[in-house]
Amino acid sequence: MRLSRQSAALAGSVAAVALLAACSGGSSTPTASGTGTGSGTSAASAGTVRPFDPAHKGGTFLALAKAAGGTLDPQVNYTLQYWQLYQATYDGLVAFTKADGEASFTVVPDLAESIPTPTNDGKTYVFTLRKGIKFSDGKEVTVDDVVASFQRLYKVSSPTAGSFYSGIVGADACIKTPKTCTLEGGVVGDAAAGTVTINLKAPDAEILYKLAVPHASVLPKDAPAEDAGTKPIAGTGAYMFESYDPNKALVLKRNPNFTEWNRAAQPEGYPDQITMQFGQTVEAAVTAVQNGQADWVFDDIPADRLGEIGTTYADQAHVNALTAYWYLPMNVNIPPFDNLKARQAVNYAVDRAAIVKLFGGSNLAAPVCTILPPGFPGHVDDCQYSKPAGATWTAPDLEKAKQLVQESGTAGQEVQVIVQDDEVNKAIGENVASTLTQIGYKATAKPISGNIQFTYIQNTKNKVQISLSQWYQDYPAASDFLNVLLGCASFVPESDSSINIAGYCNKDVQAQMDKALALGVTDQKAADEIWAQVDKAVMTDSPQAPLITPKKIDFLGKRVGNYQFSKQFYMLVSQLWVQ
Amino acid sequence: MTDGPTHAPVARPEAPSASPAGQPASGPVPATGPWRTALRHLRRDRVAMGSAVVLLLVVAACLLAPVYEKSIAGTDAFTSNVNGTTVVDGQEVPVMQAEAGGLGLGVTPIGPTGDPAHYLLGADPQGRDVAARLLYGGRNSLFIGAVSALLCCALAVLVGVSAGYFGGVVDGVLSRVLDVLWAFPVYLLAICLSVVLLTSGVTLGPVTIDAGSLALPVFIIGLIYVPYVARPLRGQVMSLREKEFIQSSVGAGASDLRILVREVLPNVLPTVIVFLPLMTSINMLTESALSFLSIGVQPPDASWGTIINDGLGLLYTRPAVAIAPGAAIAVTAVALNLLGDGVRDALDPKAKLRGAV
Repeated sequence: MRLSRQSAALAGSVAAVALLAACSGGSSTPTASGTGTGSGTSAASAGTVRPFDPAHKGGTFLALAKAAGGTLDPQVNYTLQYWQLYQATYDGLVAFTKADGEASFTVVPDLAESIPTPTNDGKTYVFTLRKGIKFSDGKEVTVDDVVASFQRLYKVSSPTAGSFYSGIVGADACIKTPKTCTLEGGVVGDAAAGTVTINLKAPDAEILYKLAVPHASVLPKDAPAEDAGTKPIAGTGAYMFESYDPNKALVLKRNPNFTEWNRAAQPEGYPDQITMQFGQTVEAAVTAVQNGQADWVFDDIPADRLGEIGTTYADQAHVNALTAYWYLPMNVNIPPFDNLKARQAVNYAVDRAAIVKLFGGSNLAAPVCTILPPGFPGHVDDCQYSKPAGATWTAPDLEKAKQLVQESGTAGQEVQVIVQDDEVNKAIGENVASTLTQIGYKATAKPISGNIQFTYIQNTKNKVQISLSQWYQDYPAASDFLNVLLGCASFVPESDSSINIAGYCNKDVQAQMDKALALGVTDQKAADEIWAQVDKAVMTDSPQAPLITPKKIDFLGKRVGNYQFSKQFYMLVSQLWVQ
Repeated sequence: MTDGPTHAPVARPEAPSASPAGQPASGPVPATGPWRTALRHLRRDRVAMGSAVVLLLVVAACLLAPVYEKSIAGTDAFTSNVNGTTVVDGQEVPVMQAEAGGLGLGVTPIGPTGDPAHYLLGADPQGRDVAARLLYGGRNSLFIGAVSALLCCALAVLVGVSAGYFGGVVDGVLSRVLDVLWAFPVYLLAICLSVVLLTSGVTLGPVTIDAGSLALPVFIIGLIYVPYVARPLRGQVMSLREKEFIQSSVGAGASDLRILVREVLPNVLPTVIVFLPLMTSINMLTESALSFLSIGVQPPDASWGTIINDGLGLLYTRPAVAIAPGAAIAVTAVALNLLGDGVRDALDPKAKLRGAV
């Protein structure tokens, strides 16, 4: 399966966080609405949830994608492509708000009646299950289904089973022997009371975020204890998967058993059918949307169509900032970047303005000097590696970079920049190689297939010196960037799942991160201040060179209306009007 | 030293006995060697001569790439120039031009200006001068095509002549090796070898070829086409081996080495010469294909294939980036093939010269 830029990063975070199982202390406290019962816009903290307009109900929404997104199993699939669709097909106990903008980061009750206040020193959550909710196969959702779904997470070896959910009591045994997983004492159902109790080994400030992603979907207890592949599993969402042929199309139709219970969590959808067709080139998909033959291009828009879309079809394009960044991880354990001055030289030298242009221009990306993206918890504007140094990046300092390379004694060494083989990645890789050559290295860009580049650059056996990578948030917490990408536990030598690509481990910085994680349970503001200090300290060590923070374009057909962009799961597909 | 084959039952041109127009000679024809006769025929082949001139122009232009780059265009063909500027109609303009209207999405390299001093054919996605890279790319494409053709023919002579002359076990072993190579679709084999060798380079005894070296595509392309040249040579040598002049040498007690060098090689040489321009053309196309797939010449070096690859993402807005190297490949390949046809016609006694038809 070929992953999109976003999904590649998303998939990467799986591997990354899997390594952090042992340090699940939690970081930032999820924003959560208290009750959120009922429908319409009544959900607390979800003021931007739009009311349903029956006049626009009906029609077929046709999306085009280069390729299918793999398995349909919501507890296994980890691609943005299907996570966007799961928002309308499956539910967990809680959910991110289906709304435009920042409101989408708010966690609201979904199958649970409300978000409980944790007890037992923050280690126990008791959820009361809503009554009367049915799966698409007509069976009512029960407490047993919820318990079985958590057990199934481990039985199907969900990519986040060992990471997001390892803090649940009994998870260790389930990870060890998945087939016999019972989560004894961890997830306990009480059918009579209609409650599900989740017991954690330690307080986890991010647990609600983790329960709101598709891997924590509630499925029928008789769902197969293995990856369902192309066979749809019944869900509780407004839509259900009708058919799936990875070589042809994925079709969603209305769930006949769905009735809206909390519009903020699972709103009723507008189109009667959502179809995603596979196999066309992105160029062809763009043309189809321009001609009114399709409604949405899922993949990134090719660079040479951007100008046309931004002018002739400007009213059909939607550009949104993402909490993400592109960066150059430098391997701190092998030459030449085992030398601090060599790494700092790269940070001084890279021309972030050029990279913004290669990405599509200043309206599609912005230069960054920090690891936490602008607007993210803990982010503080600061750029040590600009000419002149200041709050934001202004220009590269090639003279300073050349001087540092000379001082480091690494001048003249051969350097390979490993990049993905798509147009944008290749162009940026060539530009970086050209810059490295200018400051004294013999640098070349080496493009390799996007399907393997992400794991290739993580494995220390491949002796990757420097590469181009991307990171898109899993959920809105600073730890999802700093601790995941640069924590000591994320560095696993000789493993494809070593998301700390730079191999960076600074004990002092790690102690600061641990402190912020612990503080986040009680005082998020103070924790974010520590995260800001961690960001600055890491950048002084320069294990990576942040480049840009990107934006996302959704190119829609002329007939499509009611566009909403969730910062958590991107465009809300089910809320689009096609008539 | 003779000026041609001492015995040429297969390749010796019969031209001395016939006029270029195929008419009986009006007077006594002076005795000339077969090479001179072939050359005379080649000179009379206007198409072949025209092709040779085109080739010479292409080669000369490519050899002058540094002159164009430094003295005329004033650019660096191998360094990114994304933030650079150039002059168009007396105005300083950015090389990479941001879309100003609408949502302001996209940045497009400058298109062809028609001014040799300022991005004659426009810029590539890195803001580099396409014209300068086209000339540098041509050097690499032609170098790889020609040298790999020489390597291929040399290996093919070694294998084909040995197999055809010695026969028996030698022929059996060499022919099976050729069969194995032949069994692979040629591009598939080239891609497999390139992907493997480009990762770590190759070491053959004391010789090490680095992963980014031009010698690597030369080696790969030279190797994969050996069966296509060696097979006909083997057949020709098997036929030669039964000829009286060879049998006479054997009967006279000449050594195998002497027979091969004095009798066999001179007779297969015309065939090899006919193959050379054709193989150069084929190898150049193969190099371009591999470089287009990013498994030939490696950036920042250029070849015509890599430039087409650079232009792939700009087909919609800046088609010249891909069309220019494509046209260069087409012109060069056609010229090489027409020249090869002419050489074959000149050396093949059974073929009619174009002018005689």
